[in-house]
Amino acid sequence: MNDSFIQINGISKHFGNVKAVDDVSFQIKEGEFFSLLGPSGCGKTTLLRLLAGFEYPTSGNLLLDGSDITALPPDKRPTNMVFQNYAIFPHINVEKNVQFGLRKLGLTNDEIIKRVKDVLSLVKLEGYEERYSSQLSGGQRQRVALARALVRQPKVLLLDEPLGALDKKLRDEMQLELRTLQKEIGITFVFVTHDQQEAISMSDRVAVMSEGKIQQMSSPNELYKNPQNIFVSDFIGETNFLKAKTDSKDGEYINVNIEDLGSFKIKNNLNISENASDVICSVRPETMMIDKEKSDWDICLEGIIKQTSYLGEMTKFYVETKEIEKIITVSSQYFDNQSFQDGKCFISINLNDISLLNKK
Amino acid sequence: MEQKNNTLLIYTLLYFAFLYIPVLFLPIFSFNDANYMSFPLSGFTTEHYEEMWAKTNLHKALWASIKVGVVASVVSTTIALFAAKAFARYKFRGQNISYGAIMIPFLIPEIILAVAILVIWLSLGFKLGLVPVTLGHILFCTPFAMLILIARIEGFDFSLEEASRDLGENAWGTFYRVSLPLYLPGIIASLLLSFIISFDEFVLAFFLTGSDATLPMYMWAQMRFIQKLPHVLALGAVIIVFTTFIVLLAFWLRNLGQGKEKAEFGIKIHE
Repeated sequence: MNDSFIQINGISKHFGNVKAVDDVSFQIKEGEFFSLLGPSGCGKTTLLRLLAGFEYPTSGNLLLDGSDITALPPDKRPTNMVFQNYAIFPHINVEKNVQFGLRKLGLTNDEIIKRVKDVLSLVKLEGYEERYSSQLSGGQRQRVALARALVRQPKVLLLDEPLGALDKKLRDEMQLELRTLQKEIGITFVFVTHDQQEAISMSDRVAVMSEGKIQQMSSPNELYKNPQNIFVSDFIGETNFLKAKTDSKDGEYINVNIEDLGSFKIKNNLNISENASDVICSVRPETMMIDKEKSDWDICLEGIIKQTSYLGEMTKFYVETKEIEKIITVSSQYFDNQSFQDGKCFISINLNDISLLNKK
Repeated sequence: MEQKNNTLLIYTLLYFAFLYIPVLFLPIFSFNDANYMSFPLSGFTTEHYEEMWAKTNLHKALWASIKVGVVASVVSTTIALFAAKAFARYKFRGQNISYGAIMIPFLIPEIILAVAILVIWLSLGFKLGLVPVTLGHILFCTPFAMLILIARIEGFDFSLEEASRDLGENAWGTFYRVSLPLYLPGIIASLLLSFIISFDEFVLAFFLTGSDATLPMYMWAQMRFIQKLPHVLALGAVIIVFTTFIVLLAFWLRNLGQGKEKAEFGIKIHE
């Protein structure tokens, strides 16, 4: 497998004064399910459109499988796209939609028929050949869009928030299906989404974007457990931020004063220097424990439950403590909103679960 | 409630009577066996129609009107299509000004347009005839064509064109395979309406035709002689029927498929 199948070298795209994509460089591996994740306006869609050829970069270049595609128009690129609104041609039926992109490939009639048949069976749309877009459900349109792109056997499939228009249940199903499909055909997928759960559950690697720049690029696991900065930590999942000050370094550890809790020795993953002074500690709600009794964990605080939200598989507690200014969010699968009648509780934290971040 | 509905109904009937009764006199008198327009009617005849059809000058004028109408509608619809696409698809500097500039012939009194073209045409040393009439009609029809085409192209999902490019078609292939079929009802409506506007146009033709009369010019010339009135009435009746048919066809086409596609494009989600 080629580790630098897609090379994005110093790509910038400016619209007037807006830097939609700001000097971004990274590589995508062959056969990888790669996601571009970020809030609206972070530049992820622009980056995808640059890959498709609908936009041309202000500077930088793009290489695909060793050849420079920076200046190629969309019809000359070995990429195909699944559009956000699917863009199914309304004046021709499903079969003709799927055939649309085969005309210029120089295939024989038999090959065309076979390819269309195979791809329709791949996306489970046999029997829908004669239907028009207006006669299809959202999920079926999405499959047509997928079939129409895949039938050309592109080197890279680009997907622009393809699940955004579907309802939750269907979206979850399609996530699994897309993932299975990608493994089956082995084509490189570049997937754009603003939904962090979607990106995490489907991708081999995720690039988190904000303000035209890549904030962090890593596996979903790494992203969740070792966020590189406050933006990523906040955007991926839910977390509590505690203010802290750095003290002396101790190998891979560093001594940190957390708010009014005292001094603790915490793993220094980002290699923060002892002079950084102000830092942020991030603690995920599910890594903490809430209980009626005091515990022997590294940190244990007494608190009052201010609010709860019951989510079925777990319950979130919003807890006020004497020591920490902010309300702390703790989630628990063991206790629910009925468990604490008087609102009195203890929350416990293990030092291993604290990740240290630079304050921006 | 009942009372109010009746009032509205009477108003509506009066309104239509005001609009159409004068026009209806034309066909009625065209079948009347007399050489002047007055009641009582003196008997049914199709003689005027036979007489009309026998005029070779009329055939010449009809042919001239068709030539001018076809060229003017094709050229103005083509110009309007590109312009409408630019206005609907892109945001650019000077958009409002250029939109206004295209629409102005719509608002300038026709006679001023006619005189302006006449002066320029003659000062360039060209001869009057159907060519300057056609040019004038192109100028005059383009705003109409624009209005029709913008209505069709606005709300068009341009990601369809991107999808076509993405699937290996170049710009022309995309226009031919995706844009054209989807704009087609609007294009045909625009062709038909532009043709009718040109076909019925008098003022520009009056100033610019020279000796090659168009149909309205021919009618005007004939009406100076009382004995020629009946066959002009017959001609007028035929033109009314033809124009009404074309305009209805154009409106039907303009709305064709609109409902279905609007629903289709309605699912577009913006980031």
